[in-house]
Amino acid sequence: MTKALCATFALALAGLPGCKGPGDAPPPAEPAASASAAPVAAAEAPAAPKAKETGPIKVGILHSLSGTMAISETSLKDVALMTIEEINKAGGVLGRQLEPVVVDPASNWPLFAEKARELIQKDSVSVVFGCWTSVSRKSVLPVFEELNGLLFYPVQYEGEESSFNVFYTGAAPNQQAIPAVEYLMSAKGGGAKRWVLLGTDYVYPRTTNKILRYFLHSKGVADDAIMEKYTPFGHADYQTIVADIKKFAASGPTAVVSTINGDSNVPFYKELGNQGIKASDIPVVAFSVGEEELRGIDTKPLVGQLAAWNYFMSIDTPENKAFIAEWKAYVKEKNLPDGDKRVTNDPMEATWLGMHMWAQAVEQAGTTDVDAVRQAVGGQHVKSPSGFDIEMDAKNHHLHKPVFIGEVKADGQFQVVWKTDGPIVAAPWSPFVPDSAKKVADWTFPWVCGNCTEGKYKSASATASL
Amino acid sequence: MRSPTRNRSWLLAALFAFVALAWVGRSRPAWADDTLASDIDHLGSTDPVALHDTVDHLAKAGDARALPALQALDDGKLKMDTAGHAFIDDNGSVKSAVPGANRAPVGALTAVEVDNSMRRELGPALAALRLSAPEKDVRLAAAQELAGHPSDDATVLLRTAEKNEKDPDVHAEIVLALAQVDLASNDANRRLAAVVALQQSGDISFKGDMERLTTKDPQGEFNEPDPRVRQAAAATLKAIENKIALISVVGNLFYGISLGSVLLLAALGLAITFGLMRVINMAHGEMLMLGAYATFSVQNFFAAHFPNHMNWYLVAAVPAAFLLSFAVGVLLERTIIQRLYGRPLETLLATWGISLILIQTVRVIYGAQNVAVANPDWLSGGWQLLPGVVLTYSRLVVIVFSAAVLLFTWFVMNRTKLGLELRAVVQNREMAAAIGIATRRVDMWTFGIGSGIAGLGGVALSQLGNVGPELGQNYIVDSFMVVVLGGVGKMAGTVVGAMGLGIANKFLEPFAGAVLGKIFILGFIILFVQKRPQGLFALKGRFAEVG
Repeated sequence: MTKALCATFALALAGLPGCKGPGDAPPPAEPAASASAAPVAAAEAPAAPKAKETGPIKVGILHSLSGTMAISETSLKDVALMTIEEINKAGGVLGRQLEPVVVDPASNWPLFAEKARELIQKDSVSVVFGCWTSVSRKSVLPVFEELNGLLFYPVQYEGEESSFNVFYTGAAPNQQAIPAVEYLMSAKGGGAKRWVLLGTDYVYPRTTNKILRYFLHSKGVADDAIMEKYTPFGHADYQTIVADIKKFAASGPTAVVSTINGDSNVPFYKELGNQGIKASDIPVVAFSVGEEELRGIDTKPLVGQLAAWNYFMSIDTPENKAFIAEWKAYVKEKNLPDGDKRVTNDPMEATWLGMHMWAQAVEQAGTTDVDAVRQAVGGQHVKSPSGFDIEMDAKNHHLHKPVFIGEVKADGQFQVVWKTDGPIVAAPWSPFVPDSAKKVADWTFPWVCGNCTEGKYKSASATASL
Repeated sequence: MRSPTRNRSWLLAALFAFVALAWVGRSRPAWADDTLASDIDHLGSTDPVALHDTVDHLAKAGDARALPALQALDDGKLKMDTAGHAFIDDNGSVKSAVPGANRAPVGALTAVEVDNSMRRELGPALAALRLSAPEKDVRLAAAQELAGHPSDDATVLLRTAEKNEKDPDVHAEIVLALAQVDLASNDANRRLAAVVALQQSGDISFKGDMERLTTKDPQGEFNEPDPRVRQAAAATLKAIENKIALISVVGNLFYGISLGSVLLLAALGLAITFGLMRVINMAHGEMLMLGAYATFSVQNFFAAHFPNHMNWYLVAAVPAAFLLSFAVGVLLERTIIQRLYGRPLETLLATWGISLILIQTVRVIYGAQNVAVANPDWLSGGWQLLPGVVLTYSRLVVIVFSAAVLLFTWFVMNRTKLGLELRAVVQNREMAAAIGIATRRVDMWTFGIGSGIAGLGGVALSQLGNVGPELGQNYIVDSFMVVVLGGVGKMAGTVVGAMGLGIANKFLEPFAGAVLGKIFILGFIILFVQKRPQGLFALKGRFAEVG
């Protein structure tokens, strides 16, 4: 098939680079996809530059609209479309309108990579907003790096990563997980001595729990006071795990750190409520449960359970009031499902922030060219709905974010019980993990590296320090 | 740590003071009311430290008249007006939080927010004030709360209650609560008595205390100086560990039966369509899904038309789910499956296609997102069998429901004309046709009933997990596993297969984890079917060769 396609195109367009025989496959290149996309681009080549500078700017949206992650990701698609509409109403970017291209990778991780390739190559989008689970981000990462695309990733994650092609607008572990555990250790948080690390079985929970284990060790918690458990995606039977938590808690004050993702949270919290575990006895802090996930659950048995985020819908600032009002009006106007029951949450705020930062950067760069925009995104400031002036770190591509810890209220909203004084600088490489502590993420000269123990331009850094 | 400076004479003095206070409190002098009123109004303080002090003060004062206000604070019903007075807002009916005060709220009311650290303090405070309540149940609940959350503040009230309490159940809980305070006593005899009392209670939550008493501190000294107490603590620890082992076995057995009943509900329909009719029905999971969506629709119908009877929508959902899945099953049999009898490969592909069509249809109608199916009130909560083993009502009801569905299936198969004809057709189609049975009609009915039973399974699944278009996909593999393991064509095999898988899964899970446990089970079934392809319960005689 590939061979036949290549042969045909080779006749029409001699020396097309994408055509390779089956023998020389190794570089993770793009046999069929690029071969079919390239002729189109070539045919339009003469008109392309002009159309590119005047037509609408295409923005890719890559979120699961079906499958186990749809519970969380659908709202991100909606809020991205809302922000695009907001920017368009204000005159667009560089005087051009934004045009969303929405695709559904259906909670299927390999499909994320295919859809990302499709967005960059076939739809030639200028930027992509997308992904929720870390496994989906890991799946698209090689595609963005290979095709020099630009991804804004809006969800808190496990860190241990910094890509030249990705801007992380969610929290790194030191902006969510570590403060939450510190809070539960404090007298106000219940003074937990024993820890249950419970998660869905994939890269984010496993890495976060690895970091937390190192962190707990540094606080003098022994391994026998830590219980680590994983369940598959979509797991629905939490009887044994909840019973195990109870037994484990018999030996001292216990807290549960939940990195369960997706719709498994519903049966987990149902079981927790039904087995009579109260937040004042065994608090559960979740890193992937926000207002949106609580919408599908009867929250009365969960009152007092915790979540750590960088934004809550209940935060009382004028910026947040405006953000919520904009969202409510958008939901009403577009007649989205569930209407006035729709809520805002942290990843939605992060999507909104990321899109505004990108738009500002494009204005500043005067072009949608990825290399130019990337340089401009670093150092952008946006006033966030949480009421803080949020900055994009030019070095590590992460946002400086405030941390809030909230308790679930009976109405499904969160009551903030602890917060930082101001934004915290992200540490993508955790200082608690010995291997990571040495690594540096810094995309400015002389480092220019997301995963290095020494700068790329070592001699330059040596002379610079003299 | 609890203060070790307590001694008998101090205690007696405190007791006298308390009795005197209670006496004075009864005559309600003006000054007492004033501190009570100002204390209650202080519950609205936004300063957490002041709030904690006020709760502390009210709890120590032991005045039961503060109860409504504290309870309202715990329930989130305590509100403040703009003049700084506290009110209780009980679903719209607002009254003053200070008993006897006739005040109307000034300006808008704002709710006082409580967090976990506050709730941890409020629980024992409320319980301490309730120890002298006239109703036994209230006292028992209060004593249990204090036994679970020992607090120094309540000690004085507990000692009084210990003397006055006549009811043995409540008394036992009070002794338990005091024993935890006494563990920190300076008097070794007191500590010994406390350990013995804790051992008698059989509660596992003292494991941490016992571990502390039997181990050494970092300096190499025993945490507990007295060897008698250490010995008693070691015995208690042993008893607790035995108890935990017992709890694990009993708990796993229940969880296994519960998982087994879910598998049974999921597989029972398949036992008919695949087991008896030999249709490799890949759309079986979607029949479960349709049943769950029927439950969702009935719930919405009730919410719109009978909001007062929302608790009983589930009862109406049972026949609705059965009828919907039955109708879809009959439709499929008439239009597609009856043309494919005896061609298993085509059936497999066709039913797989049908399953995709059904999933997509549901997506178009209800959307791709999960829908929320609420548990009725009577399915929330659980019943404590042992300390540490809670049988949740939803699981209990599913077990009973699966037994009922099994009974229904058995009845249809063995006590109805259709069942008789079905068994005749399955045994020998030509002979059955020769004696005048309309075999095609029997096929249709059987497939319909098999699908309808799957719909019933969907009702149960909607109460335990998520309801989404892909719901059936999660259960199709499990269902086939149960039927193949149990033996194709045997109802008893399905029951044993489902229960066996459920229990094996739950006993493996604590050791292997949820992910590995499933893999082990799958590996075991593959080996088992290699060894015994006919499954646990094989059909015997000539009948066996027909299939």
